[in-house]
Amino acid sequence: MNISLNAVATMTIIRKEFTRVVRIWIQTIVPPAITMTLYFIIFGNLIGKRIGVMDGFDYMQYIAPGLIMMSVITNSYGNVVSSFFGAKFGGHVEEMLVSPMSNAAIVIGHVAGGVLRGVLVGMLVTIIALFFTKLEVRHPLIMVSVVLLSSTVFALAGFINAVFAKKFDDIAIVPTFVLTPLTYLGGVFYSISMLPEFWQNVSRANPILYMVNAFRYSILGTSDIGIGSAYAILLVFVTLLFSGCLYLMRHGIGIRE
Amino acid sequence: MKALSIKNLKKTYANGNVALKGINFSVEEGDFYALLGPNGAGKTTAIGIVTSLVNKTGGEVEIFGHNIDTELEAAKTCIGLVPQEINMNLWETVQNVVLNQAGYYGLGRKLAHERTEKYLRALRLWDRRNDVSRSLSGGMKRRLMIARALVHEPKLLILDEPTAGVDIEIRRSMWDFLRAINDAGTTIILTTHYLEEAESLCRHVAIIDEGEIIEDARMTVVLRKLQREVFVLSLANPISEAPVLEGFDTILRDDTELEVGKESASTLNDLFRQLNAQQIEVVSLRNKANRLEELFIRLIENKHDGFKEMAGH
Repeated sequence: MNISLNAVATMTIIRKEFTRVVRIWIQTIVPPAITMTLYFIIFGNLIGKRIGVMDGFDYMQYIAPGLIMMSVITNSYGNVVSSFFGAKFGGHVEEMLVSPMSNAAIVIGHVAGGVLRGVLVGMLVTIIALFFTKLEVRHPLIMVSVVLLSSTVFALAGFINAVFAKKFDDIAIVPTFVLTPLTYLGGVFYSISMLPEFWQNVSRANPILYMVNAFRYSILGTSDIGIGSAYAILLVFVTLLFSGCLYLMRHGIGIRE
Repeated sequence: MKALSIKNLKKTYANGNVALKGINFSVEEGDFYALLGPNGAGKTTAIGIVTSLVNKTGGEVEIFGHNIDTELEAAKTCIGLVPQEINMNLWETVQNVVLNQAGYYGLGRKLAHERTEKYLRALRLWDRRNDVSRSLSGGMKRRLMIARALVHEPKLLILDEPTAGVDIEIRRSMWDFLRAINDAGTTIILTTHYLEEAESLCRHVAIIDEGEIIEDARMTVVLRKLQREVFVLSLANPISEAPVLEGFDTILRDDTELEVGKESASTLNDLFRQLNAQQIEVVSLRNKANRLEELFIRLIENKHDGFKEMAGH
């Protein structure tokens, strides 16, 4: 494999993806900022005052890390699924497929684009959160690594969704029926210690729970799950999904006839 | 050296459609090669396999000696593709479409910018470089796809109906451009439905039909197989009925336009000798149909009618 060729090709995709995010900022940056502001106002400020304290923190402070992580996850996923499916639909995926760049470069370039958007939106939501509550980062390395790994997991998942998608409906099904329920049930708005033991165990099968709690731990120092198991889950998912992406690309599933 | 070598190439789609039935052909380095055939004959499938957009069912493909099964990266580096369908990102600027393609082939940013300018200027798109490609006309989009395919300066350029829907003036200027890059050493494979285009540009022609190669030879050799040609003569003075000319059949289309069918055994000198003898003055003469087109139709018809013998064989 020609490493320098693939490095240039990967950077080209990342640059193209970043340009796309910035070019259509009204679709990529503004909506999550508005949505999260509404969450902070309604759940944090209005309803949160009545809920009181959760795990020793006021409710606004408790949900802020979860909302930041939720925006990172949904935007990483959404960026890759819409961009790569758009490239398939418009035919310009062929520009990449006919070129000598490796399948890994195509996957990494798009995933990095998704991570970039996730991080960008996450930072914006963090700034918005600071208008409503005080956040102190207790474990910066954990925070950065959990954000990058979580957004990578969902960017990879978005890539797989885009590969299989044949029409625009197909790129909305997974976010609507899988991603959103898992995010809402992933401990963004509550601690799973509030649930009966059976539902606590069910919740532990939800990978988003680990990401939200690991991120919350990096800021508030509190978590429903062990940080070690969160990293293990994240690394297993990154490995499995990346291998899955490469398998699909190598066999041309959903891409080549 | 062979720019492209295809051996026993087969493709059966998932729906059972057999697009290629084991075709063989090769293209010499520096050649200008026409791959012709009716719609659905298998041309685009063959090109798709060569450019790795379509998975083959069987057979071997080598590009400048690089087998696509074992040296795909090296093989792909040699190829530039201008596809049949407009397939660029219509929301990207003209410049970025070409720059991105340069990046996909590993060209550094500085070189990518230089090449982008070179080919956008050559294809008269430099003034539109900052416009989104969506805003270009159909002909401009086709020229942009050529610039995009050339930015890494491939040794083999494959054009799948590059002039479809392009007006005659732009088509002619594209022909000049393609001749120039072929003269400079780029091997070109062209598929087109404009057989005049193939006859004018290409030195070698292969005709594919129903997934099989039915003709593959130098253009001059192929055209020699055409036994009969039909000419349309414009006459200086009106005549009332078609003259009887030995060795030719004639139809009077109107009083100053005569259609003359000529077999390969007779010559134009014979024709004019007889016309002079009958004091019929000819102002101009043209082929009724393009020669390659006539041959192409005959080959396809013969195959479909089940005739085994080709004219002249």
